[in-house]
Amino acid sequence: MKSYPFSRYTIEPTPCARLAKPLGESRVALVTTAGLRTPDQGDFDRSNKRGDPSFREIPNTIETRLLVESHRSYSFDHEAVRSDVNLAFPLDRFRELESRGVIGALNHRHFSFMGSIVGPRRLIDETAPQVARTLAEDRVDAVFLTPV
Amino acid sequence: MCQQTVCLLQAAIERAGMATVSISLLREVTSVIKPPRALFVPFPMGYPLGAPNDAPLQHQIIAAALGLLERDKVPVLEEFT
Repeated sequence: MKSYPFSRYTIEPTPCARLAKPLGESRVALVTTAGLRTPDQGDFDRSNKRGDPSFREIPNTIETRLLVESHRSYSFDHEAVRSDVNLAFPLDRFRELESRGVIGALNHRHFSFMGSIVGPRRLIDETAPQVARTLAEDRVDAVFLTPV
Repeated sequence: MCQQTVCLLQAAIERAGMATVSISLLREVTSVIKPPRALFVPFPMGYPLGAPNDAPLQHQIIAAALGLLERDKVPVLEEFT
């Protein structure tokens, strides 16, 4: 990925929210940009040159092997994540952490974007704050994010 | 642009009051955008948690990332070793 352009979007200042309680009592949600969706959800728009800023809500109860990976990027090996979706959306690993008490609980929903958003204005203004508000309303304490 | 998207989402979520940590596959992108907490992993694109069907390795990476959650002197960008 030598051609990856440096981002023009420095976050200034970097926000900082303290973890309000120990991780073992915290509600955790996952966010991935691997372009995952459930079988009954519509695909991401792979034709939009600026990128599709929409998101899919992934229920916590989903059987992970049913998730569909439809990321448009040619810059990574799709076979690996298709053979184990936990590689980019580690829901099964977090279920194990939940059962061991390492985290308090998983949120009842998680979120998936398709990360190849070249023009992120709508992401910044609309869909990212929308997901953030939703997670806050769910009283999530901590969020783990993965690219692909 | 996955890495940029992750960083921008992370900032929005942290601004809404939740502690966040992300995996970084591209140190040069993460270090420019400066999200609150990120763990750089030395793996190729498409392999943010190391390897498919390798739960022990995935758990090691997740544990290292979660360990950054309590850090409040941000931005934090550490390397998984």
